[in-house]
Amino acid sequence: MALYCATLALHSIQPGLLAHLAKAPTLSTSNPHRLPSNVVREDEHLLVAAAKAGDAAAFEELVNRYEKKIFRLTMNITRNNEDAEDAMQDAFMKAYSHLDRFQEDSRFYTWLVRIAANEALMRLRKRRPNQFSLDEPIESEDDFIPQQIEDWGPSPEQRFAQTEMRDILRGVIEELPPDFRIVFLLRDVEGLSTQDTAEAVGISEAAVKSRLLRARLKLRQKLNTRFRQDGKR
Amino acid sequence: MNCASVIRRVSSYIDGDLEATIVEEIELHLKTCRDCTILVQQTRLTVRLYYDSDLVDYPVEVQARLHETLRRKICKDPN
Ligand SMILES: [Zn+2]
Repeated sequence: MALYCATLALHSIQPGLLAHLAKAPTLSTSNPHRLPSNVVREDEHLLVAAAKAGDAAAFEELVNRYEKKIFRLTMNITRNNEDAEDAMQDAFMKAYSHLDRFQEDSRFYTWLVRIAANEALMRLRKRRPNQFSLDEPIESEDDFIPQQIEDWGPSPEQRFAQTEMRDILRGVIEELPPDFRIVFLLRDVEGLSTQDTAEAVGISEAAVKSRLLRARLKLRQKLNTRFRQDGKR
Repeated sequence: MNCASVIRRVSSYIDGDLEATIVEEIELHLKTCRDCTILVQQTRLTVRLYYDSDLVDYPVEVQARLHETLRRKICKDPN
């Protein structure tokens, strides 16, 4: 992968900071391998500062670091390849254009996730207007009835091969209604705080907690049918 | 505390998001309730399995198009 605007990047690169990027081999665009990501995670603020100062190579390194996660998020929210790709592209474009608005006391990744979640939600709402509501969920007692409690054995992680486990996790989360799925994705897959999730989705923190509880219970229930050790595997 | 009250709080409980007195009540209940104990363990495991998990493949064409789009944007309009 060639550096974005190679001349710009080389002119603005800060001595010592991203020197390894200048040494990275230039790969053809048809072979989009990632640049070596040997900048440690703690250096994120340096990358962001360099990107803010106009260093395209630093921004590209941020993209390399998070593109896979951002696509996972937009894909999981929209459940549509085209929307997921558009949402991801627009999220990175907006992040680039609005870098000056990013407050460096928060994590860049959290900020990026919020932008991407927004882009993805917009597309989901457009395609399926009634599938995601901002209203406080109505509590139904059914949600809290402990469905089946069965023994999963000592460790499902060891009983299932990695690919099999991945298929199970994918299949099960797809069955969650969007209201619950999105909150679960932001909180439990991406690791956002309750507050950041609430702001990203545009609902109250109480609603995040309520939806998260029900999402977790529903997922546990669905996983139970796959993990229970009654011979049905 | 009864089972329904524990279930209602299982999420906040595993997040460490409850007052100490409530935690004590829950743990007192867990000592004698096998179902709630399993529910807590399995909910915790569910959260752990999903955290940062590989739920989606990231196709190389999608990646290539992203970088191409960004290159066009950034080179045309350096911030
Ligand atoms: Zn109980």
